Amino acid sequence: MQHAVEADEARIAVPEGESAPTAAAGPGVERAAVEPVNKRERRGLYAKRKKIHPRRARGTFRKVKWIVMAVTLAIYYLAPWIRWDRGPNAPDQAILIDLPGRRFYFFFIEIWPQEVYYLTGLLIIAALGLFLVTSLFGRVWCGYTCPQTVWTDLFLVVERFFEGDRAARIRLDQAPWTARKLLRKTAKHAVWLVIAVLTGGAWVFYFADAPTLTADLVAFDAPLVSYVFIGLLTFTTYTLGGHAREQVCTYMCPWPRIQAAMVDANSMVVTYRDYRGEPRGHYRKGQSWEGRGDCIDCNQCVVVCPMGIDIRDGQQLECINCALCIDACNDVMTKIGRPRGLIAYDTLENVSRRAAGASARVALLRARPIIYGTIILVVGAVMLATLLTRATLDVNVLRDRNPLFVHLSDGSIRNGYTLKIINKEHDTRRFRLSVAGAAGATLDVVGVSDGGEPVLTVEPDRLASFRVYVTLPAKDLEGSSLPIDFVVEDTTSGARATYDGIFRGPER
Amino acid sequence: MAGYKETDEITGTETTGHEWDGIKELNTPLPRWWLWTFYATVVWAVGYWIAMPAWPLVSSYTKGVLGYSNRAVVAERLADARAAQSQYLERIQAASLEEINSDTDLLNFAIAGGRSAFAVNCSQCHGLGAAGGRGYANLNDDAWLWGGTLEDIAQTVRFGIRSNHEETRLGDMPGFLRDGILDRAQVADAAAYVLSLSGGAEDQAAVARGAEVFAENCTACHQEGGVGNTEVGAPNLSDEIWLYGGDKETVLTTIANGRAGVMPAWTGRLDDATIKQLAVYVHSLGGGQ
Repeated sequence: MQHAVEADEARIAVPEGESAPTAAAGPGVERAAVEPVNKRERRGLYAKRKKIHPRRARGTFRKVKWIVMAVTLAIYYLAPWIRWDRGPNAPDQAILIDLPGRRFYFFFIEIWPQEVYYLTGLLIIAALGLFLVTSLFGRVWCGYTCPQTVWTDLFLVVERFFEGDRAARIRLDQAPWTARKLLRKTAKHAVWLVIAVLTGGAWVFYFADAPTLTADLVAFDAPLVSYVFIGLLTFTTYTLGGHAREQVCTYMCPWPRIQAAMVDANSMVVTYRDYRGEPRGHYRKGQSWEGRGDCIDCNQCVVVCPMGIDIRDGQQLECINCALCIDACNDVMTKIGRPRGLIAYDTLENVSRRAAGASARVALLRARPIIYGTIILVVGAVMLATLLTRATLDVNVLRDRNPLFVHLSDGSIRNGYTLKIINKEHDTRRFRLSVAGAAGATLDVVGVSDGGEPVLTVEPDRLASFRVYVTLPAKDLEGSSLPIDFVVEDTTSGARATYDGIFRGPER
Repeated sequence: MAGYKETDEITGTETTGHEWDGIKELNTPLPRWWLWTFYATVVWAVGYWIAMPAWPLVSSYTKGVLGYSNRAVVAERLADARAAQSQYLERIQAASLEEINSDTDLLNFAIAGGRSAFAVNCSQCHGLGAAGGRGYANLNDDAWLWGGTLEDIAQTVRFGIRSNHEETRLGDMPGFLRDGILDRAQVADAAAYVLSLSGGAEDQAAVARGAEVFAENCTACHQEGGVGNTEVGAPNLSDEIWLYGGDKETVLTTIANGRAGVMPAWTGRLDDATIKQLAVYVHSLGGGQ
C-alpha cells in the first residue's frame, strides 16, 4: 500500500491532494492539477500501474450510463429466474444451458448439441452487430454495455460511498493507516466481495434450475462445480472490477486493437474539437475570448476519465468512449458561458469540416455499415428460417461394416443397420418403420418385431437406437448394391422422415 | 562495483555494469505481473511437494500429506463403474435368458456388455463382426451347428465344443477315408451326393451311388436328406452355408479326413452374467431362434 501512495504522490503534483487547487482555471472553475496517467509519452511498459481516481461526472451521458447499468445488471441477475412453461417433460426455466442433459433452452427455442450451428449464427450476428455499431457510433459497446465497464462502474459507486469522491480518495490513499481508514477500506472490499459472489452466484443459475440450485447452494448441497464457478467468478469480478479496471481494456482485451479496423473518419467518436478549444489557457473573468480557444485547461475532462487519458490528445487506444468527459466539459462550458460541446460525439470528418468552416454532414449510409448490416440481415434471416422449419423428427441409419452382409441358409442376403430416431417433441411418440425401394425385403427390429411393419417407441425429447435387419432374397438383388429408403412415420401425426440407405450384397 | 549504480542517460534505466565494446546492457526489470506469477509458481511448487507425491527416494517416494495416488483413483473409478453396473448385473444374474431378451433395458445393457466381452474373448476366432471364417462359425447367419436358441448358445459358450470340460458338446465327424471306412470311389460318390443336396449339378450316377453311401454312413448324424442335427453338431448339408467351404475339393477333404473344430469352455473363465450377456449378444446378431 505504501508503494501505491508514493506513486500517487509522484503523479499528482499537489501533495495535499486536490482540495487546495493551485489556481482557478476560470470563474467558478477549479483547475485540477493532474497529469493523465496514461498519456502516451508517460506510459512505460515496465512501469507500475498508477491508480486512477476518477471523479464523479454529472450530466446526460452519466444518466444514460446509470440507466444502461441498471438494465444490463437487471438482465444478468434476473434472466435465470424467468419461467417458461414447456410442458411436463422439460424444464420451465426460460434461459437454461443444461450441460448434463445436453440441451440449450432459450424461451421458445430448444437446441440440441448437433444444432450448435445456431450458436455459430448467434456469434456471427453478435460479432457483426458489434462491428456495425462500432462503425456507426464508435466504441459504444465499450463505453456503456461491456460487463467490464458496467461492473467497474458499480465498484466505483461502492468506492465512492465509503471513501468519498476523487479528492477524498486521494487523501485517504495518502494518509497513514488509521482505524478510520482501515474501516473504510475493509468495508469497501467487503461490499466488493459480496457483489463479486453474487455475480458468480448468478452465473451458475444459467446452468441449472435457479430456485432448486439456490436452495441447494444455501444448504451446501449443490454440486461442487457450482461452488468452483462461483469462486472463479468471484475472483475475476473482484480482481477485474476492483483492481485491474482500465488495464483490462488496455492490455487484456483484444477489441481495442480490432476496433481500429472498424472505425473510419465518419464514425461517431468522442472527440475534442481542437479548432474551437485551442489555444487553451487560463481564463480570467472579463478577459476577451478573441484570439484564444474555449478550453480553459481546467483538466476536468482528465479527472473524470476512468481510463486515465486526456481526450485533448486525440484518438487513443485507451479511450472507451464513455463520454464522461463530455459531461464534465459541458458543465464547465455552462459555468463560463461558452457554448457546450467542446468535447462531443462527432466524426473526425466533421471535425475537420467544421474546422474549415464547412457545415457538418451525417454519413450513416456508407459502404461499411451497409455491408455489415446486410450480412446481419442475411444470417438472421437464415437462422430464423431454419428455426421456424426446425424438424422435431430426425432419423439416422448406420449400416454395419462388419460384416458387410450375411448369407442366410436359404440363399437370401441380410444387412444389419443401426437406426437412430430423434424425437425433439416433449411427448412420447410411436413410429412405423418401413423400407422403400426393395419390394421383397423383410424387416426385423431386435427386441421389437418379427417381420411386418414394426412400431418403434421413442421417449420424449430423446434419441432412441434400434438394431434393424433387412433381408432380401438373392434374386431381388441385381447388382452388388441397391439403394433403399428407411421411412419413419409418426403413427398419430403422420410426420415422416426418410433416410437414403444402401443394401449391400456380394460382388458379382 | 558494489553499491555503485550507473544509469543510462538516454533511457534513464539502470545498467548492469556489463560492457562489450562500449555497449552496455540495460537492467530492464521484468514486468511485475510476470514476476509475481513466477513467485506464485515457486510457492505453488513447494506446496505441491508437501501435498502431493513428488520426490523419488531410493526404494520409495515422498507420498505427500494428501495421500494422492493415481492408482487409487483408477481403482476407485473402476469400483464406481462396477457399482453403477451392479444393479443391471444383479438383475441379469437373477433373470433367465428369455427375461433378459424381453426387457428393453436389460437387453440393451446385455448387448453392450456382450459386445465388449465378445471383442475381448471371442473375436480372435469369430472375428470382431462375428462373421467367422473358414472353420469358425459365422454367428450372424441363421445356420446353427449346435442350435440358435438363447439356451443353446449359452450352453455352447459355457461348456464349449470338444473342449476339456466334462459337459462339453461332443460330435464326431470321422475321417472316412483315413480311418478306412470308405474307399476313394465311395468318398467321391458321397461328395457328389452332398453337393447335389444344395443344388449342385453332379453326375447323376455318382449321386445315386452316393445316396446309398450317405444313407449307410452319414444319416446317423446328418439325418435323411442331410438336414443335420444340432444335438451332435452335425451341420445341415442342404443349405447354402458351409463352415469349411462348399466346393468339391473341400467336401472331399472333409469326408476323407473328418472335421473336429474346437471351442473352449468359458465357464470358470467368465462369470455367469458375462456368459449370459454373450449369449444374448450373439442371439441378437440376427440369426437367433
